[in-house]
Amino acid sequence: MTGDINIDSAFFLKYLFNPPAIVWRGLWLTIWISVVAQALGVAIGLLIALCMRSKHGWLRWFGRFYVWIWRGTPMLVQLVLIYTGVAAAGFYKYPDIEIGPFTFTGPLQAALIALSLNEAAYMAEIFRAALASIDKGQFDAVRALGMRPYTAMRWIILPQAARIVIPPLGNEFTLMIKGTSLLAVIGIRELFGTIQQLNAATFRTFELFVIAAIWYLVLTTIMGFVQKRLEAHYGRHDLPANAEIKPSGFRGLLSGQR
Amino acid sequence: METAPLVSLRDVRKFFGNWEVLRGVSFDVQRGEVVCLIGPSGSGKTTLVRCINHLEKIHSGRILVDGQLIGYREHRGRLVEDSEKRIAAQRQRIGMVFQRFNLFPHLTALENVTVAPVRVQGRRPADVEAEARDLLARVKLSDKAGNYPSQLSGGQQQRVAIARALAMKPAVMLFDEPTSALDPETVGEVLDVMKALAEAGTTMIVVTHEMGFAREVADRVVMMDQGAVVEIGTARQIFTAPAQERTQAFFRALR
Ligand SMILES: Nc1ncnc2c1ncn2[C@@H]1O[C@H](COP(=O)(O)OP(=O)(O)OP(=O)(O)O)[C@@H](O)[C@H]1O
Ligand SMILES: [Mg+2]
Repeated sequence: MTGDINIDSAFFLKYLFNPPAIVWRGLWLTIWISVVAQALGVAIGLLIALCMRSKHGWLRWFGRFYVWIWRGTPMLVQLVLIYTGVAAAGFYKYPDIEIGPFTFTGPLQAALIALSLNEAAYMAEIFRAALASIDKGQFDAVRALGMRPYTAMRWIILPQAARIVIPPLGNEFTLMIKGTSLLAVIGIRELFGTIQQLNAATFRTFELFVIAAIWYLVLTTIMGFVQKRLEAHYGRHDLPANAEIKPSGFRGLLSGQR
Repeated sequence: METAPLVSLRDVRKFFGNWEVLRGVSFDVQRGEVVCLIGPSGSGKTTLVRCINHLEKIHSGRILVDGQLIGYREHRGRLVEDSEKRIAAQRQRIGMVFQRFNLFPHLTALENVTVAPVRVQGRRPADVEAEARDLLARVKLSDKAGNYPSQLSGGQQQRVAIARALAMKPAVMLFDEPTSALDPETVGEVLDVMKALAEAGTTMIVVTHEMGFAREVADRVVMMDQGAVVEIGTARQIFTAPAQERTQAFFRALR
C-alpha cells in the first residue's frame, strides 16, 4: 500500500462507455422519478399557491402551514418518516401497486409521495410570487370581459405566470434530479443507489463516483437546454416585431445553471 | 319621447373604509347616447364607472343596465351580492376600456380580440376571427393583427383594447380616461376611433379630461365633484353656460 490514488482507467472507461445493464436501469429510474415527482410537485404546488390566494381564511392558513412544514424540515427526514413512519403507525402499508406493465413498489411509492409533496412546497412559493407579480390591470381586464376564474387563469393569468416560473422551475428540476440520490437510503436503486451497490462489490469508489457525476451533469445539462427553449417560447412576446427566436446555443447551456 | 334608459344609476353610494367616495349618484343614459364624465381628480369618476360593471362593490343604491340590476339581487327586501357566475354573465354586456390599456401581453393583437368571444362565449374560432379582423380594420390596425402589445405604440394598444371590448358585442361601452396615458401625438387617433363609434350609435360612458372631445361628441355631460354629481346637461349647455359655480371654477382652473 503506497497511499497514492490508484486509478483503474480500464475499469473507468468500461463503466463509462459500456456500463452494465443495472446502470442503465438506475439512470432510467432517476429520470422518470424526477419527471413524475416534478410534474406532481408543479400541479400540487399550483393548488397550494391558489389556496394561499383564496378569499377563504382557512385555505390561506392551510397553504401557509403546508409550505412551513415541508420547507422547514430536511428532505431526508421527510423521506424516512413517510416510508417508515406512515407504515409503522399503520396508516398505509405500501403494498405493491401494478399499473399496466409498471410495478410501484412500497419504497417507490414513498419516494414519489415525499419528493412531490416536498417539491410542491417550493413550487407553491414560486407560483405565489409569480401570480403576485402579474399586473392588477390584467385581473380587471379579465373580469371586465366576463371571464370566470378558471377561464381567466387558464388562458390569461397562468400563461403569463409560466414565463416567470420557468427559470426557477428549471432550477427546481435540477435540484430534483440531484435530490433523487437521497432515495438510496430507502433502498431504491436509482443512479446513485446503483453506483453505491457497484462500489460495495468493486471498491472502485473514485471511478464510480466520477461516472455518477458525469451522468448527473449530462442530465442537468439536457435540462438546461430544455429550459432555454421554454424561456424563448414564453418570452416570444417581448421580442421586437420581426425578430427571430434564436436558440441560445452552447454558451447558454453553460451559464446560469445551479 | 323617453324610452327606458339603457343605464340607470339610482342613489349610488360607496365607501373606501370610512371615506365616502360616491355620495348618492343618480343619472340615466339612454340607448345610443354618449355621456362624458368630467370633474377634478379624486372626484370619484373612475370609481363610478368601475361600479357599473361591478369591478367595485357599492354600499347602497342601484345600478341597472338594460333593466338588469348589476351585481346584486333582491333577497327579502335587501340587496345581496350576486353569484360570481351571474356577475360574469352581466359583464359580457358591458365593455370597458382602461386608462392603461391592460392588453394581454402574451397574446397578439388579434388574439387579444378573439380570446374572450372564444373562451367566454364559446363561439366558433373561425367566425370570431373574421369578426375580429373587421374590428381591427375599424380601429385601423389591420396590418398589426400579428403584433404583440409590446410591439405597438400606446395609441395602437388602446385601439386594440377598444376592439377587444367591442368583440363581446356589449350593450354599452365604458371608457376611463382612455387617452390619459398616451403620448400627445397618439391621442388623436384614439379619439377619432371613439368619435366613429359614437357616430355609429354606440352607447358610451366616457370619463375624460379631453374637453374638446366632450364638447364635440358628448350628448350630455356629467360634472362630478367630491363623489357627487354637481350638474348634468347637454354638452352645449355645460360648456357654454354652466349653471353651477363649481363647474365654472373647474373650467377656469383648466385654462
Ligand atoms: N382602492 C381604493 N382604496 C381607497 N381609496 C380609493 C381607492 N380607489 C380610489 N380611492 C379614493 O377614492 C377617491 C375617488 O377616486 P377615483 O379614482 O374614483 O377618482 P377620479 O375622479 O377617477 O380621479 P382622477 O381624475 O385622478 O382619475 C379618491 O379620493 C381616491 O383616493
Ligand atoms: Mg380616474
